[in-house]
Amino acid sequence: MSSKTETASSRIASPELIGRAARDAFAKLNPAHLMRNPVIFVTEIVALLVTVIFIRDLIAGLPLRFNGQIAAWLWFTVLFANFAEAIAEGRGRAQADTLRKARTDTVAKRLRDPADHAHFDRVSALDLKIGDLVYVEAGDLIPGDGEITSGIASVNEAAITGESAPVIRESGGDRSAVTGGTTVISDWIVVRITASPGSSFLDRMIALVEGAERQKTPNEIALSILLVGMTLIFLITVVALAGLGRYASADVPVPILVALLVTLIPTTIGGLLSAIGIAGMDRLIRHNVLAMSGRAVEAAGDVDTLLLDKTGTITFGNRMATEIIPVPGVSEEEAARLAVEASLADETAEGRSILALARERYGIAVAEQAEAGTNFIPFSAATRLSGADVGDRQIRKGAIDAVRRFVAGASGRPAPEIPAFNAAVERIARSGGTPLGLAEGGRIIGVIHLKDVVKPDIKERFAELRRMGIRTVMVTGDNPITAASIASEAGVDDFIAEATPQDKLSYIRNEQRQGRLVAMCGDGTNDAPALAQADVGVAMQSGTQAAREAGNMVDLDSDPTKLIEIVGIGKQLLMTRGALTTFSIANDVAKYFAIIPALFIAAIPELGVLNVMGLHSPQSAILSAVIFNALIIIALIPLALRGVQYRAQEAGSVLARNLLVYGLGGILVPFVGIKLVDLAIVALGLA
Amino acid sequence: MTVVGWLQIAVILAVVLLAAAPLGAYMARVFAGERTFLSPLFRPIERGLYAVAGVDPSREQSALGYTVAMLVFNAAGFALLYALLRLQGLLPLNPLGFAGLSPDLAFNTAVSFVTNTNWQSYGGETTMSFLSQMAGLTVQNFLSAATGIALAVALVRAFARSGASGVGNFFVDMTRAVLYVLLPLAVVTALIQVAMGVPQTLDASATVTTLEGAKQTIALGPVASQIAIKQLGTNGGGFFNANAAHPFENPTALSNALEIWQMLVVSAALVFAFGRLVADRRQARALLASIGLILIVGIGITYWAEAAGTPMLHAAGIDPAGGNMEGKEVRFGLAGSALFATVTTGLSDGGVNAMHGSFTPIGGLVPMFMIQLGEILPGGVGSGLYGLLVMAIIAVFVAGLMVGRTPEYLGKKIEAKEVKMAMLAILILPAAILGFSAVATVLPAALSGLGNAGPHGLSEILYAYSSAAGNNGSAFGGLSANSPWWNATLGIAMMLGRFAYIVPMMAIAGSLAGKTRLTASSGTFPTHGLLFVGLLTGVILIVGGLQFFPALALGPIAEQVQMLAGKTF
Repeated sequence: MSSKTETASSRIASPELIGRAARDAFAKLNPAHLMRNPVIFVTEIVALLVTVIFIRDLIAGLPLRFNGQIAAWLWFTVLFANFAEAIAEGRGRAQADTLRKARTDTVAKRLRDPADHAHFDRVSALDLKIGDLVYVEAGDLIPGDGEITSGIASVNEAAITGESAPVIRESGGDRSAVTGGTTVISDWIVVRITASPGSSFLDRMIALVEGAERQKTPNEIALSILLVGMTLIFLITVVALAGLGRYASADVPVPILVALLVTLIPTTIGGLLSAIGIAGMDRLIRHNVLAMSGRAVEAAGDVDTLLLDKTGTITFGNRMATEIIPVPGVSEEEAARLAVEASLADETAEGRSILALARERYGIAVAEQAEAGTNFIPFSAATRLSGADVGDRQIRKGAIDAVRRFVAGASGRPAPEIPAFNAAVERIARSGGTPLGLAEGGRIIGVIHLKDVVKPDIKERFAELRRMGIRTVMVTGDNPITAASIASEAGVDDFIAEATPQDKLSYIRNEQRQGRLVAMCGDGTNDAPALAQADVGVAMQSGTQAAREAGNMVDLDSDPTKLIEIVGIGKQLLMTRGALTTFSIANDVAKYFAIIPALFIAAIPELGVLNVMGLHSPQSAILSAVIFNALIIIALIPLALRGVQYRAQEAGSVLARNLLVYGLGGILVPFVGIKLVDLAIVALGLA
Repeated sequence: MTVVGWLQIAVILAVVLLAAAPLGAYMARVFAGERTFLSPLFRPIERGLYAVAGVDPSREQSALGYTVAMLVFNAAGFALLYALLRLQGLLPLNPLGFAGLSPDLAFNTAVSFVTNTNWQSYGGETTMSFLSQMAGLTVQNFLSAATGIALAVALVRAFARSGASGVGNFFVDMTRAVLYVLLPLAVVTALIQVAMGVPQTLDASATVTTLEGAKQTIALGPVASQIAIKQLGTNGGGFFNANAAHPFENPTALSNALEIWQMLVVSAALVFAFGRLVADRRQARALLASIGLILIVGIGITYWAEAAGTPMLHAAGIDPAGGNMEGKEVRFGLAGSALFATVTTGLSDGGVNAMHGSFTPIGGLVPMFMIQLGEILPGGVGSGLYGLLVMAIIAVFVAGLMVGRTPEYLGKKIEAKEVKMAMLAILILPAAILGFSAVATVLPAALSGLGNAGPHGLSEILYAYSSAAGNNGSAFGGLSANSPWWNATLGIAMMLGRFAYIVPMMAIAGSLAGKTRLTASSGTFPTHGLLFVGLLTGVILIVGGLQFFPALALGPIAEQVQMLAGKTF
């Protein structure tokens, strides 16, 4: 995780946020809203029931203190659960407010005639329809999402990405999409609007971070069913106890039955469930990734196969020179010096890497400026060569066959077959590198080894993924030999060489047929079918509109490596849910030991032996269980929002650790907690 | 407790395991439709049966079709048995001339034997004609056991298959369970029991002159054939009222060991068969470990409680070393009784060789709790395995999320549908047990049947409904259950415990069968190690058992603590 994220999440909430969430917690008491959360809804109903009993006692002049406290803590339980949800939503809302500033009502210049940029109508951005063409020039806000039909411009997308460096957008190709709310800094573009007002990217983004569009995800639904089932089981237990208690001449008053019910039903996870989901989305947003649905975040945790583009993810984007091999009779220094001369004006990354190699490996002093009389020959697609003419010396570098042709032309006879040179060329090609021939006039000097350099830490990350049971697949346009070599160096499990969009699509389909979930990222229009097919499709913000529509996540940083982090966030979300569910259910053991002896001790004094915590009195025991049950929700809010600790490990050791912490911990913690609450309320004289 | 006692327990359990492994392998072959060493004998009979019944053995049924076939088959079995019991007075093979049963008793008994419960509100030797015993009860002993096995096999197939629409053919699985598994085992073990002294005759009774010169009539009948399948099929319905405590049902310590072996062997073998059918035997070992853990602790607690005896017995001058022998047969002793009691309740057998109601309160709590845990340790034939798998689904779902993936069990994703159906299934036991008990505790018509006051009376009620809903069938003793209220409500509890559980369970099977079976990776929740054993055990105790804690606190736990304080009722 980036350091940015850590600082963002180390503070759970600002004081204003807490204040607002506290107010929202009361607004959420509305039963129509709480119906969505059955466990807390049941708690609210029984809290109401105890309140009615309290009021009856008030009118009848019966003792009030105990029932009043029970009622109060039941309401607190509901409020704390609401507060957890409100604070999670509040964190998203703060971000939405920032976004909303970008969605000011802009004026669009709608063209009457696509070819005529001089004549346009000024209309409100809200009146734009899909298919309208608008003209945007330097200083204008782009009025809506769209595709550039003509022109090129630099665009400041800080409003959505937070990145202030402008990006180039141009018609055609993979960088043709623009987003409403971003600003054109220079030049002009004509944009065809592709989203109607109100459903633009920015609108969706605001809705997502605010949680307005939040729907329960499949796993969340399954978990809710489990919680409803547990609630029903305990409802049966408690209702039956009314009858059984009467038989044993231990009639249990309703408020105490209610207290038992509320402490047994899984209020902890029930209260925190939606906060966990919202926080998961939020964590993605803090990584500058927008998930179009909660389902996608969950699916990210389930991913079995990662399709990763070689370029930019596994290797640095560009090939780099790693060695210079001279032919026999030429010294390394001479070859390096000639390579430098041929590359001095070469502004490509490859050219610069040759200079760097010569300086670092061969100790060649690279001059800032070329000697006078140097004439640079830029690369041309026709000759596939570049180089320089220094005086009468012609130095060229380029593809091997092109260099041979050049040597033959310059010397007037076929290029010589030099076994050492041919061997070096073949070795480089076999290892997946690119051989770059170097010649001076009619003489072959040597070969420069250009290599795709694998990122230094990527192999460990793939090993990490493998431990988590995730297969990595490298996708590349390289030939199979090159691809195999890079694949083995990077430690991926599989690769697709000479990949076409169709190849990717069929690979994904094939994986899915075997029941595997696939994640990939892409940016081009031709990636769109594969992005749509993948279970988790991360589109780059810099990509085309088609790609962004097809994926179910958008990475605002356009960093393909992010996919690995997205998987981690998905897993962490599921882990947090599982951990708190286990904790919540395990808590019941201690609560039984607190409440059961208290319930029946009057009728059957010998049951006092079950009071293993040595709680002060039946009343204090019941109150402490209820209070602990309410406070634990508040205590666990930071964990719900931050997520449980996540390490890339195999499932067995993750389970062992979490089972120990949340399972065994869940059994033991409440014994201590309830005892402490009991001591406190006795000290305060509350029971 | 003595070393010899523990040795007896250990040897019997070891012999069960030794036999269950090969039997499980054999059963896996039978239900996969492969050839076995008994095929030359049974294959022609099997084919003939299908031809007569018009069943096409190659036609697979969907989970729904399978369930409907099972329900119709069991409804027909119920109707036939009910009619037979009502009309036995008019039918042959009734040497003692017993009249037909009352409607409520016939209903209760028919439900009881169809649901594999074998709760007996009647005394066998004083109520049932031989025709009822042989053609009615014994037949249902086979069929209800075979029904359980078939259903378990269907669920296991749902796990083993990938993207399938069918889960097997109910009639084929039924036929094979009876023909290849239950019948050979029953014939062989019945003969052994005859050799051990269990009667097998159509004579009604023998009249003998005792040593004192008095005349005594001793009830006889076709006992061995019925008790062999009663134990093998975890039915538990005895020929005699005293069940396995009766010397003709269970004459010696050795026959006691054989009966315990019979109870356990098919259920344990099914777990082994499960491991083979899903092609991952480690999974079966994990389930067995969990079963063994709870069972052995249960046996230990019962044995300890009975060996410790009660302060009242000690005060009466009885040698404390003798423990609590009240309600136990001297020929079985403490260990043999504790083992039988725990196994018969861990198993849903329900046969008894001692009176559970006469155990110390804690010794009696264990059998009751074993039933309330859902009869999955290892449970009734078939029903135990599918119950255990439902528990495993819940365990995997609760804790499986903690590895950061949608939980999978045996390569099948556990999603909303499975969780919903599993929760519906496990709701049945608390609803039936606690629901009926709560009503019974405040209803005079129910309370009049109790044999004891105070917490022990509550235990009688709880035990009766636990036994019925758990399809166990054992009685605590003390409760006079042959009254319309008890016959009716216990009958309903038995039906709920059996069929209301099966329907959601089969819905799970249908949903799972259609899913793709995923291969495990290092990111998959491992369900075969010690960790899972611990988790499953914890979930069985916390999710399956904890809800009964308040009721138990008022019953046996209250009785125990009061007994220790010298209070009696």
